[in-house]
Amino acid sequence: MEFLSYLISGISLGSVYAIIALGYTMVYGIAKMLNFAHGDIIMIGGYVSFCAMFYLGLPNIVAVLLAVIVCTVLGVVIERLAYKPLRSAPSLAVLITAIGVSYFLQNSALLIWKAAARVYPPVVEGSMQLFGGKLTVSYVSLLTIAACVVIMIGLTTFVNKSKMGKAMRACSEDKAAAQLMGINVNATISATFAIGSALAAIAGVLLCSFNTSLMPTTGSMPGIKAFTAAVFGGIGSIPGAFLGGLLLGIIEAMAKAYISTNLANSIVFAVLIVVLLVKPAGLLGKSVTEKV
Amino acid sequence: MKKKFMCMLMAAAMTLSMAACGSKSDDTNTDANTDGTDSAEVQTFKLGSSGPLTGDAAIYGMAVVQGAELAVNEINASDSKIKFEFQKQDDEADGEKAVNAYNTMMDWGMQVLVGPTTTGASIAVADACYNDRTFMLTPSASSTDVTAGKDNVFQVCFTDPNQGVGAADYMAENYAGAKVAVIYRNDDAYSQGIRDTFVKEATDKGAFEVVYEGTFTNDTASDFSVQLAGAQNAGADLVFLPIYYQPASIIFSQAKAMGYAPTFFGVDGMDGILTMPGFDASLAEGLMLMTPFSATDEANQAFVDAYTAAYGTEPNQFAADAYDGVYIVKAALEAAGCTADMSNEEICDALVSAMTSLKFTGLTGTDMTWNAEGQVSKAPTAYVVKDGQYVKG
Amino acid sequence: MTQKMNKFNSLKKTTKVDFATYLGVIVVFIITTILQNNGSLKRSAIGLLVPICCYMSMAVSLNLTVGILGELSLGHAGFMSVGAFSGIVASQSLMGAIPNAPVRLAISMVVGAIFAAIVGLLIGTPVLRLQGDYLAIVTLAFGEIIKELINCLIIGYDENGLHFIFNPAGNKTVDDLGLSASGTAIIKGAQGATGTATIATFTAGFILVMITLIVVLNLTRSRAGRAIMAIRDNRIAAQAIGLNLTKYKLMAFVTSAALAGAAGALYGLNYSSLQATKFNFNLSILILVFVVLGGLGNIWGSLIAAAALTILPEALRQFADFRMLIYAIVLIFVMLATNNPQVKAFFQKLLPHHRASAEKED
Repeated sequence: MEFLSYLISGISLGSVYAIIALGYTMVYGIAKMLNFAHGDIIMIGGYVSFCAMFYLGLPNIVAVLLAVIVCTVLGVVIERLAYKPLRSAPSLAVLITAIGVSYFLQNSALLIWKAAARVYPPVVEGSMQLFGGKLTVSYVSLLTIAACVVIMIGLTTFVNKSKMGKAMRACSEDKAAAQLMGINVNATISATFAIGSALAAIAGVLLCSFNTSLMPTTGSMPGIKAFTAAVFGGIGSIPGAFLGGLLLGIIEAMAKAYISTNLANSIVFAVLIVVLLVKPAGLLGKSVTEKV
Repeated sequence: MKKKFMCMLMAAAMTLSMAACGSKSDDTNTDANTDGTDSAEVQTFKLGSSGPLTGDAAIYGMAVVQGAELAVNEINASDSKIKFEFQKQDDEADGEKAVNAYNTMMDWGMQVLVGPTTTGASIAVADACYNDRTFMLTPSASSTDVTAGKDNVFQVCFTDPNQGVGAADYMAENYAGAKVAVIYRNDDAYSQGIRDTFVKEATDKGAFEVVYEGTFTNDTASDFSVQLAGAQNAGADLVFLPIYYQPASIIFSQAKAMGYAPTFFGVDGMDGILTMPGFDASLAEGLMLMTPFSATDEANQAFVDAYTAAYGTEPNQFAADAYDGVYIVKAALEAAGCTADMSNEEICDALVSAMTSLKFTGLTGTDMTWNAEGQVSKAPTAYVVKDGQYVKG
Repeated sequence: MTQKMNKFNSLKKTTKVDFATYLGVIVVFIITTILQNNGSLKRSAIGLLVPICCYMSMAVSLNLTVGILGELSLGHAGFMSVGAFSGIVASQSLMGAIPNAPVRLAISMVVGAIFAAIVGLLIGTPVLRLQGDYLAIVTLAFGEIIKELINCLIIGYDENGLHFIFNPAGNKTVDDLGLSASGTAIIKGAQGATGTATIATFTAGFILVMITLIVVLNLTRSRAGRAIMAIRDNRIAAQAIGLNLTKYKLMAFVTSAALAGAAGALYGLNYSSLQATKFNFNLSILILVFVVLGGLGNIWGSLIAAAALTILPEALRQFADFRMLIYAIVLIFVMLATNNPQVKAFFQKLLPHHRASAEKED
């Protein structure tokens, strides 16, 4: 029973990581950049939904939609202003710019919403009892897991079946060739950022509901963890991000419960290192054979 | 070649000029004593304060500098013979940045320091203050390492051992035989320090049993389900939380979500939880805490109102400590008969001898006194939360 | 004189740049020392001197991994951390044996370098077979692991020698070390090292930067350095001509770690309190920013970027609450200005001379 409760908390935490990691992986797969500002878009999503619920008194679902819209716009604007001018620049330059954007978002949030942590009201309240009250599962956990599965399936279908999805896959294979085939590469990249940021907003709402707290730095650690999860599963791979996120959450919860809370992050990272040494492209990543 | 060399020179020049301009930046408002009062008796001292104003711990640093600023504004608006010019600096809760902030304020001509906020930063700055003979009164850095071996460094808050022993004694008296779990943040000197003395005292007393200890770090301060499940499974009916209120609020709501309802017991860092924006006060029902300051106490109402009016949030214990800190400095300056033309060394020596004989009553304690080591002696009050209010318990 | 000039002109271009770099550092050191001695430097500027030297050394050493070896490392702060804490332990425990501060500082920096090199070797051996972003994430992971492990260390010293506790459960304290009455605790787990004697000096910082430059520049211009750059430019071709990839990669990685360790030791001995959390992911990123801003493989660029970006947040103190926001904006704009082809072309049009020389460089 004890084990089950740890497992459930691990899976729901892992689901949040997975949703963030899906956004990371999409952007990486197509734009080939590590978007370190992704974690801060999560935080913005959290604050927007918080303000909508707390100050404007909007219903929860409207607040979530508002957060999704704001983050989508924000993601596209950031891409236009900060990343697009660097399309042909070395990838490290883009990485540093992304870090600059991350600082910018964090410090703007600090100025707008102040340093004090907000208590975030969960979007769904309550919990259900299983096995005669021995096991309590909160509805937020269930919602998170469900949302994660739905998003994963939806995203896979979108990327595999739709026209835009096809364009995305083409861009991720070879941008120049895609352009020659008449695909609007810039529009495709913008769309990717829009989807990634929308996912970040949803992740933000779920993460804050799970943690019940919100600060300007809320997004940074989950952002790094999700990045780890994306690499763990094989960066660029959608099922990989899902699997990586879930495993990361479960390993973290188990390490905390049975080994040492002090070293929980270290254990997660150690497992990651071992996996990468055995499978250098992550669990589900394609290992690309280098051409000579 | 010529070009490269020019680049190096330019860079060097830029580096130096930036360094100079960085330090000059705050020299602008140096003569506040010329406006308002012309009385020759009025002494205007330069008072500095620092704390993390950005980053994770900004909530505490903001409270400290705002509390100090409020006290300075009040004093300057009063007919007091001692006035202050005030400067606040961001130290990012980091030793390096705190020393930079301190140096910047020393360039400005700071005579007394009410700060820094966090322990690690305070230890680094205390060392510099000791070498420069600058009087330092930290509102909230509670480790004994801050004051140890430095005659000119004083604290407004309790020391960590003091709090750990206090909490253990209180529990031994009121909860004999209880099963206690401790959840603390082990990358934080404050939390770890209280936990260490608490567990030691508990073992020595033997009146109750520590059945579970769970730790977390800044990076894992958002999910406590595992620690709470551990405490629950160990059968703990009392959970001691020597941590700040922000992570504590998460613990309360996650405990409620998993249907675990022990008595929670906090220390001074817990104060402020009831005034967190959006916090459901019913979660804290029955919470015990030992704190020198309570925002709901009637005696503190004037301060709470003034602070809320000025900064839009209710003050916590950090703000109260800093507010007291400024008034303590004022009282000590009066007692020592310092004048504004004295250097920081002279003021330091005068204040060091004045502090140990000072008796001060403020927001965070009645008849506070200081020993030669710089530690404060005051009595914490045990409160219990009832219907969203502190009740003396 | 003219003969000397001719001799100088006949040197290779890279050699000239290297000499200019050394000369520049020496000139800046002399000017700064003179200014410091005649009291025209503000305290806030003096306080920055040692950390700037540390960051310069960090940036140059990271440039060896990122710019010259061409592998992205996001865990450089981890090596600095190892160096800092081992340096502090060395310095504090040798206090009685070697009362002379500069000698003790030198020994501590060597100890820091050795420990960081060992850790670099242990990490580098398995992970350098990974590439690109995968290597980046693994170095990030190691940086975080080092941080958490040091958080669990309790170390004290008395006349019987050093006492260690590894404290993963967090339930041990300094009292469990079993120190004698005259013993002192050096590292107190998560509370870090406190009460460290601050013996770091600007001169030591200058020597550290010079040694870092000598090591990195000589390595780069040597046979081994050309092999390292060959691996960066075309791994398969380098392998095909018989270069031992692991050996050269490790050589660069371990050298970089050792230099970071020495810088860490100097940094650690500059402050009386230091926590392992200081050396987090953000610090690794900050150093990477120095390297990228200064230019990959460009050593003097790293020096200038490290100094400028350490001073910038201090120079922005006058903006109070907006300080870090402005810092972020400056960072974004600098990256855009230096990497966007249109902006670059615009600046090159303004400076025809610059364009000519830039082309020559390529």
